[in-house]
Amino acid sequence: MATKKATRAAYGETLVELLEEGVDVYAVDADLSGSTTSAKLAEADSSRHLNVGIAEQNMIGVAAGLSLTGKVVFTGSFAVFGTGRVYDQIRNTVCYAKLNVKIAPTHAGISVGPDGGSHQMVEDLALMRVLPNMRIVVPADYVSAKAAIRLAAHTPGPFYIRMGRAAVPQLYDDGAGFEKGFELGKARVVRTGADVTIVACGVEVHLALTAAEQLASQGVQAEVIDAFSLKPLDDETILKSARKTGCVLTAEEHSIIGGLGSAVAELLAQYPNVLNKPLKRLGVQDRFGTSGEFDELFKEYSLDAQAISQAVCDMDGSFL
Amino acid sequence: MIDTAEIEHNAAHMRQDILKMITLAGSGHPGGSLSAVDICAVLFFGGVLRYRPDEPDWEGRDRFILSKGHAAPVLYAALARAGYFEVAELATLRKFGSRLQGHPDSQKLPGVEVATGSLGQGLSIAVGMAYGLAVSEKGQQRVYALLGDGELQEGQIWEAAMFAAYKKLGNIIAIIDNNNLQIDGSLDEVVSLGDIAAKFTAFGWKTLEVDGHDIAGLKQVFDQASTCQNAPCAIIAHTVKGKGINFMEGQCGWHGKAPSDEQCDDALKELATSCASQEVTR
Repeated sequence: MATKKATRAAYGETLVELLEEGVDVYAVDADLSGSTTSAKLAEADSSRHLNVGIAEQNMIGVAAGLSLTGKVVFTGSFAVFGTGRVYDQIRNTVCYAKLNVKIAPTHAGISVGPDGGSHQMVEDLALMRVLPNMRIVVPADYVSAKAAIRLAAHTPGPFYIRMGRAAVPQLYDDGAGFEKGFELGKARVVRTGADVTIVACGVEVHLALTAAEQLASQGVQAEVIDAFSLKPLDDETILKSARKTGCVLTAEEHSIIGGLGSAVAELLAQYPNVLNKPLKRLGVQDRFGTSGEFDELFKEYSLDAQAISQAVCDMDGSFL
Repeated sequence: MIDTAEIEHNAAHMRQDILKMITLAGSGHPGGSLSAVDICAVLFFGGVLRYRPDEPDWEGRDRFILSKGHAAPVLYAALARAGYFEVAELATLRKFGSRLQGHPDSQKLPGVEVATGSLGQGLSIAVGMAYGLAVSEKGQQRVYALLGDGELQEGQIWEAAMFAAYKKLGNIIAIIDNNNLQIDGSLDEVVSLGDIAAKFTAFGWKTLEVDGHDIAGLKQVFDQASTCQNAPCAIIAHTVKGKGINFMEGQCGWHGKAPSDEQCDDALKELATSCASQEVTR
């Protein structure tokens, strides 16, 4: 079993690394510095960590102001508050003025678990995707989260980095130069196959890989794509795979409305004769989350490995 | 001694600019632009703000944030009169392709520090800027944020107020354009703010009150505010919405409505008369 670590664990650590490398980095958080791990930056240099208290709107505004004095600024909180509660601040200040602010909340998706539906943000990708000037990356493991934070810090302008609470298996090598594999607008093919393409993001990537193993034992070869960069989407990689397999399934712990599934649907709808089976989107089916443990929730919402492999089989019985 | 005549001269021009540009645009917000004219005239032409029109991004500049972004015409008039761009460009207000957007857009117009228009956000931005400037230790830049009084109904203002005082940011000055009117009526009819100064004081701010149309008085409170240390400062400027134009003064109906050509002519005549009487007085 691979090492398990949450994507959020990369947050504070990477901010400290960036500081040590000379990046003029700041974090603004809203009373969740321990949970988001931004507190690590405060430990390294307390003047670079601003805890605004339970005041998310002010968190975004303060970050905006700091960025206007030349700082690279990350905002925290949980995804439900760090995007939804402050949508207008992100829209009218950060994105409209194209500021160097990185929206980097944690605890996105249903993998938040026991806290329940109020805290399980499944609309954040939809909200952030529609904003002009916003770029979005969804790291699938701890290593790609480190790369995402570094990429955002080194690319001027607004960013959204979607991180989670739950520990997930490490998928990528963190050897020297690991971050070079993670580029804006680039997806990563993490498994090749000719029968079906599974485009996944976040925690769904490792679940898709597990599903691909199950499918392989039944003679179905799935290609698994980690859509690390949601906006811009890697049209080329996704189209190339779709043309090869003719069959695409998307998987995300986000509403099927407005997230990865929507982005892939919007892409494929523009090209005739790519798919020979209807696109299948796995995600939260227009409902809120609920309390439970990771495995229980991913089963309930048909997002676990079993659900993915079953969905592939349902797409075409001829696979079996 | 400051040259109040010079400031008044600029204020008179700015009032004319505001009327003309909103009339030409056919829409806009004259009431809250006119109430803030004297405040902005003192800031820009009274030696309060340090700025270089030919070098808008000059690091040593003070920052001015028009949090009440709908009063864009007063900012545009001040920037034009200060030399950021030609006064003639004011005629493009709100027109397709113009740099003078309906609400200030920092991506389009030099001199606009940050885009505003969604109320309640400017003070937080000012606080972040003030912190960023304070830690940079490069200079003594101050951050000025002009807020509407109705805007204080936004909760984010008080989040920012609480945080600025807690961080002891002495380089931030909030000016409240207290004209007592908002779109739906007077503040007391919509949601009364009670004692604004007392509220800021309770939040840990130093507070000053002034007649927002008294040039010398404004200059004096800005000087006082600039000596603030270890605490942010709020200036409650008591103003009249539509100030300077008889038929607009104190009328909330002129919050967001353009005058007709005839009304504009009448208003310009009124301004010319009051300018002339000022000259005589001098």
